[in-house]
Amino acid sequence: MLARDDQDSLKRTPLYALHVSLGGKMVPFAGYEMPVQYPTGVLKEHLHTRAAAGLFDVSHMGQIALRPKSGKVEDAARALERLVPQDIVAIPNGRQRYAQFTNADGGILDDLMVANFGDYLFLVVNAACKAEDEAHLRAHLSDDCIIDSLTDRALIALQGPKAESALAKLCAETPSLKFMDAGPRKVDGLDCYVSRSGYTGEDGFEISVPAADAERLAKALLADSDVLPIGLGARDSLRLEAGLCLYGHDIDTATTPVEAALEWSVQKSRRTGGARAGGFPGADKILAHFDQGAARRRVGLRAEGRAPVREGAVLFADATSSEPIGKVTSGGFGPTLNAPVAMGYVPTALSALGTQVYAEVRGQRLPLAVAAMPFVKNTYKR
Amino acid sequence: MTTKLYTSDHEWLAIDGDIATVGITDYAQSQLGDVVFIELPKVGRALKKSEAAAVVESVKAASDVYAPVTGEVLEVNDAVVAEPALVNSDADGKAWFFKIKIADKGELGSLMDEAAYKAHTA
Repeated sequence: MLARDDQDSLKRTPLYALHVSLGGKMVPFAGYEMPVQYPTGVLKEHLHTRAAAGLFDVSHMGQIALRPKSGKVEDAARALERLVPQDIVAIPNGRQRYAQFTNADGGILDDLMVANFGDYLFLVVNAACKAEDEAHLRAHLSDDCIIDSLTDRALIALQGPKAESALAKLCAETPSLKFMDAGPRKVDGLDCYVSRSGYTGEDGFEISVPAADAERLAKALLADSDVLPIGLGARDSLRLEAGLCLYGHDIDTATTPVEAALEWSVQKSRRTGGARAGGFPGADKILAHFDQGAARRRVGLRAEGRAPVREGAVLFADATSSEPIGKVTSGGFGPTLNAPVAMGYVPTALSALGTQVYAEVRGQRLPLAVAAMPFVKNTYKR
Repeated sequence: MTTKLYTSDHEWLAIDGDIATVGITDYAQSQLGDVVFIELPKVGRALKKSEAAAVVESVKAASDVYAPVTGEVLEVNDAVVAEPALVNSDADGKAWFFKIKIADKGELGSLMDEAAYKAHTA
């Protein structure tokens, strides 16, 4: 069970009262009181999201507008490229891209979404990192940008195969959006920012809404019988099945984007030989990992048995050796697969699909096979 | 005539002579959530009171089940291993975990009756 923090110091999102009224079991998470589950329970919440649609309160995450002082969004994009290894300049108006803030050692300070809203960039960052991220942006980009923390907005994720039809009732242009489209849109008459994205592997949307209107919008979405409220428990098992990294667990300041198997998120323009190669913190190390390979790699792991292998389990190359080769960074039971799933770091030499490794669980060595991610096929509308 | 006793760690024991059938309580399963994996002790294993005897894993976390008394494992419930969700649907009945031969009935004195257990979880 989760440890109880000092309840008095915990913040609440604009949907707190709604969670309580829906029977949400509130737990401390990243400084907020958040629903870990509702009376439906984690397993059914997970399966419902994959079968119909789930509504998640992700208002604890940070929303930041990066406004170019010159008035030209490409100036904000160029400035942000000093902090991330992604091609931000190339993000078209109305599109969003996954990125990471890196440090001088090539490690990851946080992962985030960056959208081009035409005259400014819109960033969504992790709750636990948002204060540091904002300070980082202020320290490095203040000459070029106004860093505007949008603390008066809530963020609602609507995920699953019925998310489109549920949102379309409140926003007629919903079906025309493609995966990673993002921008300001009216939803039920409210001034929202809508992206077709999420963190479950399902088609779906993230909707930024003024805090004062958040409960009204959440209730309007929940009025659709396909939509159930979903807690953090199922959010974690959904993202794990989707093979997506959880910051602070699967990626952190000691993992580079290459070690983390996030090469796909670093565009060629920022790599060696690219038009704007390097120029981000830790570029030497990260580009060396691209060019020469890294010694270890994040991989998916599937167990042969039924026992879940959880975060922290130590990995070994065989059933008897005493020398650990790595660690499980996320793991548990995948309700859609009806089987245990995990991810962790192994030496690159042992990262090929099908390689057998062992995890130590309660003194026993359990065989695992390196497996392709996502574990559950994603259903993005590209 | 069976007597039902409880531990503060939320195991129940149904006592019939010198044999105790052991499971986890309905309260325990409600706290754990959806149970997805169970590991039971081997038949014949000699358990000491308070020793970790079985493992229950829900989607959220792994929890140990402790031997409520000292004794030898006589039988385990393969049905609950095959269908862990039985713990959620029938914790007090079909989802028993194992049967143990009680070595020292004196150890039962420290366990709770139903009224005491109800007060413990209130």
